[in-house]
Amino acid sequence: MRNTMIVLRREMAGYFATPVAYIFIVIFLAFSGTLTFFFGNFFERGQADLQPFFQYHPWLYLVLVPAISMRLWAEERRSGTIELFMTLPISLPQAIIGKHLAAWCFTAITISLTFPMWLTINYLGNPDNGIILAAYLGSLLMAGAFLAIGSFISALTKNQVIAYIISAAVCFIFIVTGTPAILSTFGAWLPEQVTRIIANMSFITHFADISKGVLDLRDLVYFVSIIALFLALTAVAVQRNKAS
Amino acid sequence: MIESDHLTKRFPQITAVDDISFTVERGEVLGFLGPNGSGKSTTMKMITGFLAPTSGTARVSGFDVLKQPLEVKKRVGYLPEGAPAWPDMTPSALLKFCAGIRGYSGNEAEIRIADAVAKTQLSSVLQQPIETLSKGFRHRVGLAQALLHDPEVLILDEPTDGLDPNQKHEVRELIKQMSGDKSIIISTHILEEVGAVCSRAIIIADGRIVSDGTPEELAAKSPRHNGVRIAVKDARDAAKITLAAIPEVSGIDDVGDNGLFLRARNQEPIVAIVGAVLRENNIDVEEIHVEHGHLDDVFRAVTQGS
Repeated sequence: MRNTMIVLRREMAGYFATPVAYIFIVIFLAFSGTLTFFFGNFFERGQADLQPFFQYHPWLYLVLVPAISMRLWAEERRSGTIELFMTLPISLPQAIIGKHLAAWCFTAITISLTFPMWLTINYLGNPDNGIILAAYLGSLLMAGAFLAIGSFISALTKNQVIAYIISAAVCFIFIVTGTPAILSTFGAWLPEQVTRIIANMSFITHFADISKGVLDLRDLVYFVSIIALFLALTAVAVQRNKAS
Repeated sequence: MIESDHLTKRFPQITAVDDISFTVERGEVLGFLGPNGSGKSTTMKMITGFLAPTSGTARVSGFDVLKQPLEVKKRVGYLPEGAPAWPDMTPSALLKFCAGIRGYSGNEAEIRIADAVAKTQLSSVLQQPIETLSKGFRHRVGLAQALLHDPEVLILDEPTDGLDPNQKHEVRELIKQMSGDKSIIISTHILEEVGAVCSRAIIIADGRIVSDGTPEELAAKSPRHNGVRIAVKDARDAAKITLAAIPEVSGIDDVGDNGLFLRARNQEPIVAIVGAVLRENNIDVEEIHVEHGHLDDVFRAVTQGS
């Protein structure tokens, strides 16, 4: 636990040591604002909720989260620091969880900076703040899942650009399988059971419930399992690839 | 104590390390020599637990690196080849991070860091990002990190690489000072370093140990060891004939305008006999000099012969 926290702190300092963190935060906020107000019909809907804000989160993460996760392991391997890191008295799970948590905390900071959105909606109407809190939690959980996938893919390559593109592609698959367009295509020639399994594999399906304020245990289990699975895969990948 | 127990590492294309066994006791400084790509770094990576051996194992102070890797890592100070370090960190932040991972906090961490900084003379660059430092300073950051916890075992992969002659000298002095109560392995391809700091030298080539002994024993394997170089005043050819008759001299080479080099048969000392013969035959010499073997010669002989 102590080592995990030390790794977390080092990684966090790493984000803020370069302009990367600030650029990321600014772009995230700009994009999420633009999408909410211009494409989400925030005002025209006439409803006091943040649905237009949260519905774009999967797509925002698709573009932005791989930018955080791409360097997690690829950069350590490219620069050789992985040899220093992995010969310190630290276990592989501590290292992997510490890095993932750091990326996650950084994402949490970014998401929390969208609080003006919440202030706005409370100024304009009387939203159900419980739903908003649940949606924030769901969004954060989904970000953790994106980051875990990104962490695994970052451990497969030394090249950050490749890590970014592949992570975005994999995350795209995890999102798009839950969209009506894809599901109706599958539904046309696959049994309903299979279509439902595909839909249940998607982030969107699970996030949609949470963002409506329904904190279903199954959705939580889904995101936590995805995180655990991809962090375990990260461990295998780091172990296999660290020295090559 | 470091034990390498039949360490072997096979990669798909090559066998990088092939059944290497040795023991380094407390107080020993082992010089690890070999051409580039001979398996030095791979062996060190296996002992430090970074790389899993294909077969065999290594033990540090009795802990098996395969079974108790964390116990090994706690006891080892390791400078990886090229001294990698996170470029966006300052040496100060990096040392604090390593101190934290090594279990030090508060005052104790401060003292450890200050000590390592003093030993490696890093104080002037403590707050500069590592990416802005010169190669020499970056190397010393790596060294400071390895010394931080005063480890029982030090494994230094090319510790003086990229340092200027003064810094090299300082690092060697540092290694010598620490050698009393530690087991140290250094890899190098600078052969003078072996004579300067090592109590023992192992030469490896193509993943196998081809020579193991003290630097003196190694040097004695040189064909020039105990040879005698003389500079004669005149009549070099006459002197050459006389000296060639000595049974202990296995051959004579010309050196420069008036010099001769007498090779010793079986590397036995011959200077006394040569001196006596010179006096008996009234051959005037300006200079007489006994050669000690050069590690370079031995290195070339054992690594290219194999």
